[in-house]
Amino acid sequence: NLNLLEDGKERKEEIAVAEFHKKIKEAFEVFDHESNNTVDVREVGTIIRSLGCCPSEGELHDLIAEVEEEEPTGYIRFEKFLPVMTEVLLERRYRPIPEDILLRAFEVLDPAKRGFLSKDELIKYMTEEGEPFSQEEMEEMLSAAIDPESNSVLYKDYITMMVIDEN
Amino acid sequence: MNSPNLEDMGCGTSSATKDKKSEKALKAALVIQNWYRGYRARLKTRQRYALTIFQSIEYADEQGQLQLSNFFSFMLENYTHVQEKEPGLVTRLFGSSIQDKDRQDYLELIEIPDSYCGPRLQFPLTFTDIDLLIEAFKQQQILHAYYVLEVLFETKKVLQQMPNFTHTNTSPSKEITICGDLHGKLDDLFLIFYKNGLPSVTNPYVFNGDFVDRGKNSMEILMILFVSFLVYPNDLHLNRGNHEDFMMNMRYGFTKEILHKYKMRSVLMPPIPMDGDRAEKKNKLGTTTVAQGIRTSGSFSEQLTKQEWEQVIDILWSDPRGKRGCYPNTNRGGGCYFGPDITSKILNKYQLKILVRSHECKPEGYEICHDGKVITVFSASNYYEEGSNRGAYIRMSSGTTPRFFQYQITKATCLRPLYQRVNAIESSAIRMLKERMISRKTDLIRAFQLQDRNKSGKLSMGQWAFSMENVLGLNLPWRSLSSHLVTTDKDGNIDYMSGFQDVHIQKPVKEVQSTLIETVYRYRSDLQIIFNIIDSDHSGLISMEEFRSMWKLFKSHYSVHIDDSQFDELAERMDLNKDGSIDFNEFLKAFYVVHKFDQLTKSDTKLA
Repeated sequence: NLNLLEDGKERKEEIAVAEFHKKIKEAFEVFDHESNNTVDVREVGTIIRSLGCCPSEGELHDLIAEVEEEEPTGYIRFEKFLPVMTEVLLERRYRPIPEDILLRAFEVLDPAKRGFLSKDELIKYMTEEGEPFSQEEMEEMLSAAIDPESNSVLYKDYITMMVIDEN
Repeated sequence: MNSPNLEDMGCGTSSATKDKKSEKALKAALVIQNWYRGYRARLKTRQRYALTIFQSIEYADEQGQLQLSNFFSFMLENYTHVQEKEPGLVTRLFGSSIQDKDRQDYLELIEIPDSYCGPRLQFPLTFTDIDLLIEAFKQQQILHAYYVLEVLFETKKVLQQMPNFTHTNTSPSKEITICGDLHGKLDDLFLIFYKNGLPSVTNPYVFNGDFVDRGKNSMEILMILFVSFLVYPNDLHLNRGNHEDFMMNMRYGFTKEILHKYKMRSVLMPPIPMDGDRAEKKNKLGTTTVAQGIRTSGSFSEQLTKQEWEQVIDILWSDPRGKRGCYPNTNRGGGCYFGPDITSKILNKYQLKILVRSHECKPEGYEICHDGKVITVFSASNYYEEGSNRGAYIRMSSGTTPRFFQYQITKATCLRPLYQRVNAIESSAIRMLKERMISRKTDLIRAFQLQDRNKSGKLSMGQWAFSMENVLGLNLPWRSLSSHLVTTDKDGNIDYMSGFQDVHIQKPVKEVQSTLIETVYRYRSDLQIIFNIIDSDHSGLISMEEFRSMWKLFKSHYSVHIDDSQFDELAERMDLNKDGSIDFNEFLKAFYVVHKFDQLTKSDTKLA
């Protein structure tokens, strides 16, 4: 009976939405220092990414514009954040990069197929191309990525290590 | 000029490849940056979650602390009734105390041996004594009990003459430095003095309480602060925190530090003659007067009215929050939460501009809220764990905006990569959480089974999270933490018993029921404090009778439903000395959590 099937599907989606709501609320609350349902706009990117999404800086910028107040206050309210974020999760937007695509990206930057990038090369690419890193971001990436003996980034090992860490 | 434009031709083809190349590189860079930012954000979130866990558990313990205070108040109020039932016990607890002995009486009893090569203070104190202490403590020397007592008595005398509120003047050329909680972390104090200079008439300081507990140099910090105060009483200001309280000290480590540092040394003196029969009962040397001296200076039955005591708790325990109004601080179990409207009202009423307070650990060492009117400053870096937070101090003067200085003590010469630091504090936090779970195993299972109608052993995420929050009383992001605690099947349902798989409480005695073991483990901090108080001569021993009586009173107040006979059996089997007395430190140490995948077998070395 089609109706029953439809109802079942709707019910499932309701439950999924309810669970998303709780998940979003949890992630939001951890950054809501004053417990007044607002977070600093500078932490919104972290919250969105902690929910498993990987928007680019440009996409993040657009999302923030959607959840900000008419007159930006520097704070984002939960009431505005929730519906937008729920849509993002339901539509499965901004999926994370799979490991093999990441590996290929490093290989593109290493056309000579040496198996590594020099420290200077990595810095150049990360701070001059694409959506450039801040100094803090660059330093943090280097501290984990640089193999101290060769002073270069052995990117295959690096990726493997990061993936293990996340799981 | 008519020759073909080689450059053009060459440029034409190679610029196309160049464009294609740089477009690929651009895309590759974007991929890597995108991935890295996502990864970094998740690291920061895990760090934040770990902090939330530490903080929630800390506050839940503080609730337990206040509950214990209530227990003692209850005993005090029901003194006569309790006295009837358990004579002698209450006298041990309250009656005795030490008559307020004279300074001279104490000092006469202590002798500094010639062999003592620690720092020697010279009264009246000068700045050279501050330097002397700092140098000595850097070399891990211990200040002799004689000097400690002198400093304590002198500080008490001076403080008693000072008002509750101190007014101080500042100017752009005479800024004042405000430090928050130090909690026995001597390295942080040294760092502050190194970066900001020692206290002096031109370099005034305010220390905003919580000097002691948790860290391992509470005594040294206290001595440096008190000596500095005695040298510069108008420029070194000490405010009281909620840890300047002898009952907190019993739970959170200061008392233990004192007993450890001052009991083992040859500064032991003969038993102080008190009640004749008590002196006879003991077969160990009495301890130094230090511990007792501290006890007299802050008994929990201070001469305050109930209302005054509530005001003190309000000042020492409250936290600012975003919600307007004033409402009970349910996290800590004492004091209140106050909103920005309250802050404005009070500041306006007394024509004040800013409230600087401490008491809450902040990841960056400080935090501003309530529209810039409330500043929290916290000076103990790595408070929960290495890498958990920065410390900070503030420099300010009238007419200028406050300046913040941050730091973080690190043992290694260079900071470990972020992911290693996060892994470390995350596993530490999860460990603590699992121990909390195992100590409430019975209650948790009951709550789970209530919801598990089909007896399937599984619950939905929502059901599991609900039970966890309710039973443990911890407001945590359970959904995000679930992957660390339990196993989930492909439908997203949780196998709730899996949370208890790789931890268990070591059973010191096989035959005794798990629920009893669990209960003793859960209340071990409270029991330790109670035992310490009963054990007025600090011998580490109390009689079987006292042990049983105390348990009965505790049981009724905490509504613990354990058969008396069960407890008796446990006590009998654990009478390790077999002489009718219980070495309660040994007793409590026998209850610990075993983590299956662990090199360490003993957990929770933070027992107060």
